[in-house]
Amino acid sequence: MLDILIIGTGGAGLSAALSAKEQGSTVLVVGKSHPTTSQTAMAQGGINAALGNVTPDSIQSHIADTIQSAHGLCDENMVKQMCEDATHSIKWLEELGVPFDRTPNATVAQRQLGGASSKRACYAQDYTGLKILHTLYDNCLKEAIEIKELFLLNLVVEDGVTKGAVFLDTSTGEIKQIIAKSVIIATGGYGAIYKNYTTNADASTGDGIASVLRAGGRVSDMEFVQFHPTALRHSSILISESARGEGGYLVNSKEERFVDELLPRDVVARAIASQISQGEDVFLDVRHFGEEKLLSLMPQEVHLAKTHEGIDPVTELIPIKPVAHYTMGGIDVNRTLEVNGLKNCYAVGECSNAKIHGANRLGGNSLLEIISLGRQVGKIASQNLPKEEPKIRDTQLQKDKEFIESLFEEYPFEQNFYQLENNLGEKFYKYAGITRDNNQLNNLLNKIRVIKADIDNMGIKDKSRVHNTNLVDFLQFLNILDIGEIVAESAIIRDESRGAHYKEAFPKEESGYLAHSLFWLEEGAIQNRFEKVVKQ
Amino acid sequence: MKITIRRNQKPVEYKLPFKSTTLLKALYHIKSYQDATLTFDSNCRSGVCGACAVRVNGKEVLACAYPIESGDIIEPLRYHPLQRDLKVDKTQAIKTLKTSTAWLHQSQETTISSEQVKLTEKQSDCILCHSCYSACPVLEVNPNFIGPFALTRAYRYTSDPREADIKTTIDNIQTNGIWDCTLCGECTEVCPQGIDPKMDITMLRSTASQFGYSDPNFQAMDFGFGGGF
Repeated sequence: MLDILIIGTGGAGLSAALSAKEQGSTVLVVGKSHPTTSQTAMAQGGINAALGNVTPDSIQSHIADTIQSAHGLCDENMVKQMCEDATHSIKWLEELGVPFDRTPNATVAQRQLGGASSKRACYAQDYTGLKILHTLYDNCLKEAIEIKELFLLNLVVEDGVTKGAVFLDTSTGEIKQIIAKSVIIATGGYGAIYKNYTTNADASTGDGIASVLRAGGRVSDMEFVQFHPTALRHSSILISESARGEGGYLVNSKEERFVDELLPRDVVARAIASQISQGEDVFLDVRHFGEEKLLSLMPQEVHLAKTHEGIDPVTELIPIKPVAHYTMGGIDVNRTLEVNGLKNCYAVGECSNAKIHGANRLGGNSLLEIISLGRQVGKIASQNLPKEEPKIRDTQLQKDKEFIESLFEEYPFEQNFYQLENNLGEKFYKYAGITRDNNQLNNLLNKIRVIKADIDNMGIKDKSRVHNTNLVDFLQFLNILDIGEIVAESAIIRDESRGAHYKEAFPKEESGYLAHSLFWLEEGAIQNRFEKVVKQ
Repeated sequence: MKITIRRNQKPVEYKLPFKSTTLLKALYHIKSYQDATLTFDSNCRSGVCGACAVRVNGKEVLACAYPIESGDIIEPLRYHPLQRDLKVDKTQAIKTLKTSTAWLHQSQETTISSEQVKLTEKQSDCILCHSCYSACPVLEVNPNFIGPFALTRAYRYTSDPREADIKTTIDNIQTNGIWDCTLCGECTEVCPQGIDPKMDITMLRSTASQFGYSDPNFQAMDFGFGGGF
C-alpha cells in the first residue's frame, strides 16, 4: 500500500516527495506533464530569505513586509514559520546543487524585489525557478522517486476521508484509481482562467482546486489574483520584477515616469492600467543598464523581448501591460496544511491558501512557499499517516469511467469550447481584473452560468482513445468553469478594496471584510461565508 | 500562409490567416478552429518549459519561439517513439539522466565564487527540450548513446565545487557516453538556450583522462601497423 500520493510535479510536489521519502514514506508523484515543464520553471526573480548578504536584513523585517503585503488576510503564525525557515530552505537547495549567483564575497547573491525592505531575493540570473526545479528533479531521479504522467479527474473521498484519486492515463485512455494512505495536492494555481491575459502556463487550470470542491472540501480567498505589472504587451509573457528591482523605469508614450516602480505589484499594476485607460502606451525602460549589465542580469528577458515583441531592450523601450500572474486564493488548509473538510488530504503551493500571501503576494515569496511548505507537508503527512489501510468502494472510479465514456458517446461538439475559453479569458481580464465592478462581475457570472448550462452541446471532437489532448483540454475547460464561477462570485461579495482586489465603488479597506471568503459545494450548489480573521 | 505538418508520417497542409506568428500560435489556431485532433505538446509559451520542441524544415526549434514562414514543414523530434502527430514519448530519452547519474553524489560544504558559478551557468540553463537529442547523428546508429543533454548535465555537476565525488559520474558516462560523441556540433547548433554540449563533452573527456580513462576508439586503431607500435 502506497503511503503518500503526491499530485503535481512542480517545485512544491517534488519538495514534498523528497522530504516524505527522507521520512521513510513510500511516495508516488503524479502530474499531467513532465515535471520540468511545470509552472515553477517560469519563476524568474528569486526566492526570499533574510540572509542579509548584500544589505542588512532580519527575519523580523521579512515577516513585517509579508504581513504588510497581505493586508490583514494572513495567519501571522504561518508567515513567521515560513520566514524563519527561509534560511534552512536556501541551505537545503544549496546542498542539493542549485547554482545560485554569488556576491563578490562568495555568499549567495540577493536582489531587490518590490515591497521588500532589503535585498532579500536569492537568485540564479532570471532563471531562478528553472534552476531550482531542475535541481529538485535531478534529486528525485537520484532518490529513485517514481513519477507518472496522469491527468487528475477526481479525488477518492468516502465519508470525508481521502483515500486516493482517479486519473486519466492519456497515453492509453484508461481511467485509473490510485489508492494511498494520504494525498498531497500540489497542482498549482488558476491563472489560466485569464487565458491570453496571464503570464501563467496554459496548464494552470486549477485542476486540484476544482477536484477539492467537487469532493466537498473548501476553498478560500479566490477573489485575490495578483496582476503582474510587466508582461509583454502582445504575448503576455512575463518580464521579471527584477528588471525594476535593478533600476528599470516605467514610462508612458511621452517617456515620462508616472509611478515609483518598487511599490507593491497591485499599486504599480493599477497605475499602469490607469495610464492605459487614459490612452497611453506603457513601456519598461532598461536602456540605461547598458548591454553588458543587461545580458548578465537578465539574459532571459532580453531573449524573450526579442523573440516575442521583436524589440531589443538594449536600445528600445519594452511595450508592456499588466496581466494575471499569481492566484493567492486556493484550497483552504489549516496550519498543518490539511484540507478543510477532507481528512488525510493536504495541499501545498499555489493551489493552496495557507494564509501566507493574503490579499497580495510579495515577490520572492512564492518560490519560498513551495520549498519551505513543500518540505514541511512531506514531513507532516509522513508523521501522521493513518494506521489502517484505506478500504474503498470504487464508486468514484465507476462515476469517472461513465463520464469519460459519455464524452466519447454523447457530447456532440456543436459548441467549440476553445472559442468560449478564449472569450472567457478576455472577459475575466476585463471584469474580474485589475479594477472590478459589481455589474460587470455579475455579467461575467451569468456568462459562466450560461456556458455551464450548455455543456451538453460541447464535448470533444477528437474521439481517439490514446493521446487525446482535445479531451484533456476539455476537462481543463470544465475546471476553469468551476473555478471561474467562484472567482466571480467571491469578487462580487467582497465590497471593498484590499490588496489585489480593487473596486472603484468601494476604494477602501473595510474592517467588516477583514475576513477570508470561504466557498464549498453542497449537493451541487455553491455555498459561501466570510470567516473573520482572528488576531493572535 | 500555408504550412505542412507531418502527421503520423503523412504530410497535411494547413492554410493560416496570419502574416506572421509563432509556430505554437499557429498550432493552437489549427487545433481550436480547424482540426481538434492535431496533437502536440506545449505549456509555458515562453521558451522555458521545453515541452514544444519540434523540427521545422529538418531543424529542431521551440514552437513557441519560432516565427513561421509559408512553406514550412513541421515534424516531430527524432529518436523518440512517436505518440501522435507532433507528440513524442520522452521517457526513454530522459532515462539517460539516470544512466549518467547527473546529480551531486556527495555534496560537500564549500565556498563557491561568482566565477565558479559562471563556469556552468549556461549548462544549468538547460530546459530539457530534447532538441539536441533529436539532432544528434550518433543516436541514429547507437540508440543507447547517452546523448548531449545528459552529458551536459553530467558536466554541470562534475564541475560543481560542491561535488566531492566526481569519479562516480565519470565512471558512469564511459559506456555509450563521452567517447561515442563524434564532436560534430549538431547539438550545439540547435540548442535554444545557447548551450554547447560538444564543448562540455570535450571537457568531460579531459576530466576522464585525469581518472585514467582514454579514448577506446583511439586504442582500437592500429594505424596500419598491425596493432600496436
